[in-house]
Amino acid sequence: MKTYTNTGSKDTRSGFGAGLTELGKTNENVVALCADLIGSLKMDDFKANHPERFFQVGIAEANMIGLAAGMTIGGKIPFTGTFANFSTGRVYDQIRQSVAYSDKNVKICASHAGLTLGEDGATHQILEDIGLMKMLPGMIVINPCDYNQTKAATIAIAEHQGPVYLRFGRPKVANFTSEDQKFEIGKALQLTEGTDITIVATGHLVWEALEAAKTLEAKGISVEVINIHTIKPLDSKAIIDSVTKTGCIVTAEEHNYLGGLGESVSRVLAQHKPTPQEFVATNDTFGESGTPAQLMDKYGLNAEAIVKASETVLKRK
Amino acid sequence: MSNTQQLEDLTTQVRRDILRMVHKVNSGHPGGSLGCAEFFVALYTNIMDRKEGFDMDGKEEDVFFLSNGHISPVFYSVLARSGYFPVEELNTFRLINSRLQGHPTTHEDLPGIRIASGSLGQGMSVALGAAQVKKLNNDSHLIYSLHGDGELQEGQNWEAIMYASGNNVDNLICTIDLNGQQIDGATDDVLPMGSIKGKFEAFGWTVVEIEEGNNIEAILNGMAIAKSKTGQGKPVCVLLKTVMGNGVDFMMHTHAWHGKAPNDEQLATGLAQNAETLGDY
Repeated sequence: MKTYTNTGSKDTRSGFGAGLTELGKTNENVVALCADLIGSLKMDDFKANHPERFFQVGIAEANMIGLAAGMTIGGKIPFTGTFANFSTGRVYDQIRQSVAYSDKNVKICASHAGLTLGEDGATHQILEDIGLMKMLPGMIVINPCDYNQTKAATIAIAEHQGPVYLRFGRPKVANFTSEDQKFEIGKALQLTEGTDITIVATGHLVWEALEAAKTLEAKGISVEVINIHTIKPLDSKAIIDSVTKTGCIVTAEEHNYLGGLGESVSRVLAQHKPTPQEFVATNDTFGESGTPAQLMDKYGLNAEAIVKASETVLKRK
Repeated sequence: MSNTQQLEDLTTQVRRDILRMVHKVNSGHPGGSLGCAEFFVALYTNIMDRKEGFDMDGKEEDVFFLSNGHISPVFYSVLARSGYFPVEELNTFRLINSRLQGHPTTHEDLPGIRIASGSLGQGMSVALGAAQVKKLNNDSHLIYSLHGDGELQEGQNWEAIMYASGNNVDNLICTIDLNGQQIDGATDDVLPMGSIKGKFEAFGWTVVEIEEGNNIEAILNGMAIAKSKTGQGKPVCVLLKTVMGNGVDFMMHTHAWHGKAPNDEQLATGLAQNAETLGDY
């Protein structure tokens, strides 16, 4: 089995910040807006280097989304930055009407997604954002797996004409994809080749999936791990091709199982290739305070949970 | 530049368009549309510096955003009669497969529309974003927008109003249609807002009042004053006092025609009060 090395854990939000810094140098049409969370979103460099293209909007997310929509008129490419909860649920109607329905080229960049922002608790831990965003017609939904991929995705979405939701997080997670990768929206990445089970994961659960694959391989189970960094549009072909070989699948995400990656995969399989599937996701619940590791464990979002789900689904083949 | 008589003739025709559009599909919002007919006509004919044709980016021209999208009939009529699309297309208002959706949208590529509106309270933020980009692009043209007075009850407006003065967005003229009415009745009964002028001034805006918002001359004079106040570090607000349903006597001074279409007889009465000046579509 192909193995991957963590070159040093980093937070994916810093990958976003690094990507934005790069865009500041290479694309003069990129502008950035932030709702009083510059440090948390790692937008400091962009602000320092391009003060004329940076807009501090204060604690007013609805206004930020409208401003961003307006800034596309005149040719700018706005990147908005705040926490995932305030990037989606708080401003859903603004995104729906002023951005998605209006076909505006806005990049909604959301940090602190999921449980793993930790101690702040459920008010800040959104587990519904992927569902909210993927339901909007025309919205691209991206959830990269590590620092390097988040940086690459940030740079790539500036080239895409249309609204994008880019989701990343606060904790330091394994950084294992290549530094010079080219990010292709909508293209699933097969990380390991296997014949017994497919594990498709998104976000930092891709690393957990690779860890789970090691454990399963040691038990003689051949695992195909696929990194689904783009939840919409979903790379249906990659998923169908893989389960045609393996005959069962586990999906893994830091999100409610309702509305998440798992349900998108289920739809594809139900239509094209009915396949036993187990879900590693939160079970229709809010989060709570705790350390990221404690929360991943309690809510069943780590390698151990993926191994368990894999063993269950293998019995259903 | 058109003279006042030409503008008044156009306004009369726009009123006919509004009545006929909403009557045909027995839906739509005639009251607010009629109240703003003079404003739209003055804006598109004399006030804004517009380029021929339509370009979404609106560079090197003045740009307008309608925030209270339900008054789409007046917007569509004036856009068509300003040459953005054929006036015959007004016949398709609110019909299936039409570019003239119930509320304005960019989604069907209707020339003249730059943002979807209908869900209230979002247009000022959009206008501000476009205004800031005008500055980034070294484009000295202005952004205009229109908002309902009842619409100011939406909180997002106040985020935008605070942001505009805090960031010296002085290339923007936001007009508030002060007709004192909303769906459930008078704004003072539904949710009293106190002094809107006082509120905008307290938020650091320059306020220009147009007492006779259904008088073409008064609108032209008031908007000229508003324009003269731009570029001075403060956002500019115009309080346009209008009469809902203006020009059709039984629709005036009431919220009853906010979202209700006239029947055949009422249409005939309304049209009789507004002569066909430029030709019906």
